[in-house]
Amino acid sequence: MNAVEQAVADAHRREWGLVLAATVRVARDLDLAEECVQEAYVAALTAWERDSIPRNPAAWLTTTAKRRAMDAIRREQAFKSKLPLLIEPDEEVEEMEEMEPVLEDPEGVVPDERLRLIFTCCHPALAQEAQVALTLRLVCGVSTADIAKAFLVSETTMAARMTRAKKKISTARIPYRVPAAAELPDRLRGVLGVIHLLFTTGHTAPSGAELVRSELVDRSLHLTRVLRDLMPDEREVWGLLALLLVTDARRATRSGADGRLLRLEEQDRSQWDRDAIAEAHELIVAGLRGGNPGRYVLQAAIASLYAEAPSYHETDWAQIVQLYDALLRVWPSPVVALNRTVPLAMVAGPEAALSELELLEAEPQLAGYRYLPAVKADLLRRLGRTEEAVEAYREALALTDNEAEREFLTGRIADPGRP
Amino acid sequence: MAQYAILLYGKAPADASGLTPEEIEAHGRHGEDVERLGGSFVSAFALQPSTTAVSIRADGVTDGPFIDAKEVVAGGYVIEAPDLDTAIAIAKLNPAIQQGGGVEVRPCLG
Repeated sequence: MNAVEQAVADAHRREWGLVLAATVRVARDLDLAEECVQEAYVAALTAWERDSIPRNPAAWLTTTAKRRAMDAIRREQAFKSKLPLLIEPDEEVEEMEEMEPVLEDPEGVVPDERLRLIFTCCHPALAQEAQVALTLRLVCGVSTADIAKAFLVSETTMAARMTRAKKKISTARIPYRVPAAAELPDRLRGVLGVIHLLFTTGHTAPSGAELVRSELVDRSLHLTRVLRDLMPDEREVWGLLALLLVTDARRATRSGADGRLLRLEEQDRSQWDRDAIAEAHELIVAGLRGGNPGRYVLQAAIASLYAEAPSYHETDWAQIVQLYDALLRVWPSPVVALNRTVPLAMVAGPEAALSELELLEAEPQLAGYRYLPAVKADLLRRLGRTEEAVEAYREALALTDNEAEREFLTGRIADPGRP
Repeated sequence: MAQYAILLYGKAPADASGLTPEEIEAHGRHGEDVERLGGSFVSAFALQPSTTAVSIRADGVTDGPFIDAKEVVAGGYVIEAPDLDTAIAIAKLNPAIQQGGGVEVRPCLG
């Protein structure tokens, strides 16, 4: 790759969302904007080779993409648009007028429209799988083919899913804007949920041989950082960033050299990314300050306590249980209650944890949830109830497609007495 | 501006005569929410219980609602609003949501 190709690739990875979001304001149509941005990146390859790489690639790309959008609009003005234009209440005319000087002044600042784009992609009127796909395509610039691969569907299926979602944005008139203050907490929760899902999909691929799809993990981390820069006062954004950092800090140690899944107590703590854990720690301390921490700050605090302990057995289990209690108050979910039984076993013993877990077995939300029998099996094993443990391991095995997890469970069934 | 239908659902048979005077009053007051949040009424209707429904398919006429479900349409109204977020904000205040039912927002064609 030569210098220009490298610069275009960097700008694609880092600035795609910024350029697209700015272009949407002119194009007022997601498909047209996407096409124009794609063309701008292609044009950059030859133009930058000829004229040198601009000092502000995002401004250059935005100006070029906007121009193409305006040309296309002028060309097609005679035609009636197939779909209603994106709803975007304020200034759109001045936008077109003010853009001309940008090309002469490549230092021109690109107005950051990414929040509008992110909130539109993550609108609750869209199915969550469509929200995730749109965010990856439009905000992160990941190709439809790659998104399809990550979510284990065909490219045609994924393309159809995105087309349906874009059509809904335009026919239902989902507005292209950041929600009003009254709706913001709810809508931000939706955005954070999408990014978190993106991360977990990459972190623990639900099926297939590869445990980490690092592309998705990197994208979701980058996106959270962008969101933190765009909404610097939102503590839940800090919480999500901390949660992702501290979870990802263990990436290198989650499976052994043979690909086998390693339990937390088996992982080599010296290999954990201490910088990431330290960055998360600061975010968590800041997030807890001021009281009433939200769901992500608390989840991050729990993950961080696990990560900061010098060894598994020196983990501050009692404090983790307390944080889980706080988490259950802001997010009363049976999955959280199940996760709480793991540290509880360390504080109150496996017997007490098992009786809490058995209360959860009736929860419809946990029916078919593979970690319920897996946790149960581990508690039974520690109580010496080997036969029941093997039965629960088998139940968990039947519920997972992930190769690394299957191998772990199969090993447990073969040798349930191993510590 | 666009038109949105807001359809009210309640537990079958969605009998409005079972509503308390306070609940009926809440529905009346909801009209003010529409204007206050930037929408306007186009039309509105409330229905008799679903036990009074008649359904017609190519193979004939049957009694009861078109789809046999635990929750049925109880009524609806069409509003004009600048965008979906406005329609959702209005629909969220519909008293049916606090009365054991819910609402569906559907953009109208054209």
